[in-house]
Amino acid sequence: MTSLRLLLAGLLAALVVAGGVSYYASGSPDGLEYVAEQVGFLDAAEDPATADGPLADYAVRGVEDDRVSGGLAGVLGVLVTFGVAGGGFWLLRRRGVRTG
Amino acid sequence: MHVPDGFLDVPTSAATGVVAAAGVALALRGARRELDDRTAPLAGLVAAFVFALQMVNFPVGAGTSGHLMGGALAAVLVGPWTAVLVISVVLAVQALLFADGGLTALGTNIVLLGLAAVVVSWLVFRVLQALLPKRVGLVPALAGVAALVSVPVAALVFVGLYAVGGAVEIPLGTLVAAMVGWHTLIGIGEAVLTALVVGSVLAARPDLVHGARAVRTRADLEIRTPAATEATR
Repeated sequence: MTSLRLLLAGLLAALVVAGGVSYYASGSPDGLEYVAEQVGFLDAAEDPATADGPLADYAVRGVEDDRVSGGLAGVLGVLVTFGVAGGGFWLLRRRGVRTG
Repeated sequence: MHVPDGFLDVPTSAATGVVAAAGVALALRGARRELDDRTAPLAGLVAAFVFALQMVNFPVGAGTSGHLMGGALAAVLVGPWTAVLVISVVLAVQALLFADGGLTALGTNIVLLGLAAVVVSWLVFRVLQALLPKRVGLVPALAGVAALVSVPVAALVFVGLYAVGGAVEIPLGTLVAAMVGWHTLIGIGEAVLTALVVGSVLAARPDLVHGARAVRTRADLEIRTPAATEATR
């Protein structure tokens, strides 16, 4: 498999997971949240300053349908993460050298 | 395990922020040795993939869920230094755009998921690799074991931080038992996902898997002409 094809296949998989499969994720509190509630410090949690952002809680503000809103947020997240990380690593890489 | 704002007091959050910044600065230097024309795009993909998988919480019983942390996955696929940066980017995107994990807690989350989980994963992986037969086929299983260990260890580091600067006074023994217990269960999911993804990349392109480098023999290396090499770029 060529590097480009691997990259495209992986990106497609990430988009499908974040844009589609995530709808079926468990809505139960995660381990830390659950423990915090049981042990009694969950109330100490505060909303971050970004809590009113247009993508807060993995939903696009203004999009009514949960599946579309969450899926769109996931797709945007994958693209932004790939752009920031991939771009950063591309600038950071050793030029014209193969480490392998 | 994304720590929200408010769980830890300001001095503790500031201290983890300093540790996280130092860790990321070191990783920026170290990652240069791991990143080249072929691995840099893959590392970007790993970040996107970890972001995607972190959206999918899987149930671990009795009203609790967990999701992949990704430290072991990233370390084995693209190397430990780059993995620190991969997880840090994911956490920053989550906190800034999706309000997932606190902002003052971003340093804490980088320390837990980006530093503790990655360092422990890589140590476990390399020690097992040194002790066991040098076979490429073992890499996904070893990555899985490293992943399994990394989750409760990160949970323990959180307990340590909470002991220093927790918001509410609570019995620490209860916290240790609950955190390690649940996060060992979540670690099983982490192990399965990590082994599956590492196995898939290994099947497609063993030469791109950082954690397979030390065990690939000459027989695994294919001879490529310059033309063929160019074609795979």
